[in-house]
Amino acid sequence: MRSDSFTAPYQRLTRPLVREDGRLRPASWEEALDRAAEGFTRNIERHGPDSFGMLSCARATNEMNFVAQKFTRAVVGTNNVDSCNRTCHAPSVAGLAAAFGSGGGTSSYQEIEDTDLIVLWGGNPRFAHPIFFQHVLKGVHNGARLFVVDPRRTSSAQWADRWLGLNVGTDIPLAHAIGREIIAAGLTNDTFIRRATTGFEDYRALVEPWTPAAAEAVTGVPAEAIRELAHAYALAERAQLCWTLGITEHHNATDNVRALINLALLTGHVGRYGSGLNPLRGQNNVQGGGDMGAIPNRLPGFQDLTDTVVRGRFEAVWGREIQPVHGKTLTQMFEAMDEGELTALYVIGENPVQSEPETQKTTRRLRSLDHLVVQDIFLTKTAELADVVLPASASWCESDGTFTNSERRVQLVRKALNPPPGARDDINIICDIATRMGHRWPYPSAEEVWDEVRALSPMHRGMSYRRLEEHQGIQWPCPSEDSLEPSYLHARLWADDPAERGEPAPFGLVGHSPPVDLLDDDYPLRLTTGRRLDDYNTGVQTSGFPSPLRRGELLDISPEDAARLGLVDGEVVRVSSRRGSVLVPVSITPSMREGLVFMTFHFPQQADTQLLTLDATDPIAGTAEYKAAAVRVDKVAAGAPAAEREPTAASRTT
Amino acid sequence: MNTPVPLAPPRRLVDVTVDGQEVRVPEGATIMQACAQTGVSCPTLCYGDTLTPKNACRICVVEVEGARTLAPACSRPVEPGMAVRTDSDRVRHARRTVLELLGSSVDLSTTPQAQEWMEHYDARPERFGPRAAPAPMGERDARRAGEHEPPTGAVAETVEQPAKIDNDLYVRDYGKCILCYKCVDACGEQWQNTFAIGVAGRGFDARVSTEHDVALPDSACVYCGNCIEVCPTGALSFKSEFDMRAEGTWDESRQRQTTTVCTYCGVGCNVTLHVQDNEIVKVTSPHDNPVTHGNLCIKGRFGFQHVQQRRHD
Repeated sequence: MRSDSFTAPYQRLTRPLVREDGRLRPASWEEALDRAAEGFTRNIERHGPDSFGMLSCARATNEMNFVAQKFTRAVVGTNNVDSCNRTCHAPSVAGLAAAFGSGGGTSSYQEIEDTDLIVLWGGNPRFAHPIFFQHVLKGVHNGARLFVVDPRRTSSAQWADRWLGLNVGTDIPLAHAIGREIIAAGLTNDTFIRRATTGFEDYRALVEPWTPAAAEAVTGVPAEAIRELAHAYALAERAQLCWTLGITEHHNATDNVRALINLALLTGHVGRYGSGLNPLRGQNNVQGGGDMGAIPNRLPGFQDLTDTVVRGRFEAVWGREIQPVHGKTLTQMFEAMDEGELTALYVIGENPVQSEPETQKTTRRLRSLDHLVVQDIFLTKTAELADVVLPASASWCESDGTFTNSERRVQLVRKALNPPPGARDDINIICDIATRMGHRWPYPSAEEVWDEVRALSPMHRGMSYRRLEEHQGIQWPCPSEDSLEPSYLHARLWADDPAERGEPAPFGLVGHSPPVDLLDDDYPLRLTTGRRLDDYNTGVQTSGFPSPLRRGELLDISPEDAARLGLVDGEVVRVSSRRGSVLVPVSITPSMREGLVFMTFHFPQQADTQLLTLDATDPIAGTAEYKAAAVRVDKVAAGAPAAEREPTAASRTT
Repeated sequence: MNTPVPLAPPRRLVDVTVDGQEVRVPEGATIMQACAQTGVSCPTLCYGDTLTPKNACRICVVEVEGARTLAPACSRPVEPGMAVRTDSDRVRHARRTVLELLGSSVDLSTTPQAQEWMEHYDARPERFGPRAAPAPMGERDARRAGEHEPPTGAVAETVEQPAKIDNDLYVRDYGKCILCYKCVDACGEQWQNTFAIGVAGRGFDARVSTEHDVALPDSACVYCGNCIEVCPTGALSFKSEFDMRAEGTWDESRQRQTTTVCTYCGVGCNVTLHVQDNEIVKVTSPHDNPVTHGNLCIKGRFGFQHVQQRRHD
């Protein structure tokens, strides 16, 4: 079925828009930039710099993210800068940083091919990261065993030696049971634990109750399968543990990540070639956005904001004092809008109206702002609410710069197209606004921005554009122009010399906390969300190409539940949660377990999945629980208006 | 203890001669690599730098001194003291014959260098007679092994048939297919592991096909386009390229290739955008890239349209 039956493609923005008498009207660049700057200045003067928030774009270049956070810190004077990485992988960064002091995946793709055991936990890279999965398949063809842990029997799981179908939100009991089994079977790497970790005794006591049988009762995974994974992981010479949003889009996501890291600490599967811990990033520059300091608690180079010496280096270059306290996360910014604490928001390339949970609440909060500026390539649902809309260029093909991928590889982005007439480069727009706010920022080239990054961030120092070109990208850290570091992180943990070994990695002492949205007789089904192969997030970009695979939004449901509810494939049903309801056709598939249903969020105009999800958030990283809502499914009465049932997707079993 | 980083075992260097010129290459290198090192070019169609050699097209054959038969340069490893001739009469004759057989039966109009090779080897495909009319759509796919009418010899048989256009992303024009197997290998276990296509039929009726010749939207195809990436003749092409060629607007001399990074997930695939008149007309990926090895997914290969949804007002 053609895409345009689900969503009309968005048109590129080519003229600035400003709000007048409640409506957006075209304006000149001069007028739009004046208004944007004036609104920011007005709010800063009235309510102080912390009334300003910046949502930077995890899809834009490192250079743009660097300039956006510099604008926030050096022009406005606040640390309120964040990006949509909050909605996906902030917990991975928080968890890895808590254990190892650095928030990146620890291995390279090549190591996935060369390892002996691959565990994919809470992700379906066959669909969501297809080229990463090619590296996994190379590993499998080279003899590696593959375990997939996921509530759904996904297309990735079809390649696995073992699929562990756990109940949504029971990752910690499963991880703890694996840890307990490794300890009970005497398969721990005692030397590594003694030399490179702390808190093992507490961890042992913590996981002791999670016998395989106890975990089976909670997770639904047979005890025998738990034992098998535990033994295979502990006995493998090299093992890779990879996870995706199934781990991180939960209210206790950072705890989930810590629970997985514990397994690597028990067995020494980190800091060596072929052994590591890898979060798979959902957007092209989620890693880089954080690395560039477009997060409220870190400066560029993932450097600690609370460190006076670090701050001093930036203050010397930027000529302005940086607040020594963490700014607001994206989630906290939205909460602060309710209290009138945050009154001006600058959104670059983000679409929170459709990407945040609880759409109506988000819209209400954005409407309450005194000043909202949206800089994007399309008139998104968020841009429709703005006071000023600034048409930008598409970073990946209309500007120069760099992105940083899931294996920490910084790669060159090159301008291949001229943006449509009227659209301007992101960095230049920010500079224009900064200049209007009293900081004369001439347009820099991407390479000039990058050289400023290199001067301030030790882990990027050795990466000149020339070297990035020569090596087809370089993995961080790269402190020197004369050498390349190993492809894996944390080799220090294996050093004989305690000084070289440095800070040991603490076990994460985390408890089980079931999903917030409880199942009961009224809402008996667990809804989880994810991506399909050919569509992406809220569909703004993928609606532009006619994918032959596209079937629109569907509710995947198990044959057992479908039979119980008397549903046939393709039938439109009403899916309701405690927050809202949508109409959607069902797709009956044996990849779903009984009690579990699945939707994407690719087609918000057809069926807005975010009406169903909730915004209970992880207290540490602030990521919302998209992966576990309680819902009910009802047959739609035969007399329901036809328009409400449209579109019915052509049914095709996969 | 640290797990050692696996390095490739050290390789001895081997001395060989190519057309009388001495060259030293690592043990295990192919004759084609030895030729490249001496600057001798070897024509090839079925060799792919990301694929295991299939030895299908035989156009790269060379004469190895002391060997009874000609050897395919793309797959034959060098041996110490090997003497190779790439321009002997036997080699020229073999290459000319291969080119004439392919040229008479397949549409090589979009095969890079085909015309140049034809001239170089003095190949005259027309000597087999006028070309047979293209088969109607589906006729070749319906042929059964062993159910042949003997040819009259009045015309040169061809594989030509109408292009298969059954989706909006890419076109399969099997009148241009030389059956090199590269698309099958890229779709199969060498890269994509989707196994949507295979070789069906026997002899001259052999062809690349989905299972039971169903249309692509009904097949296992996931539209990664990794088959297009390796196709040497243009039998597989972007719909945008196919349409522009039909309109006569496809002009590679006006195209610029820029390699950048895909925007759809965090893997960081390198995409090479082929741009003509500020429009993306095709997307490939560098074959030596450590992330992609020349492979992409449907979003990276075809999901670029959103940036060119430009209002024309």
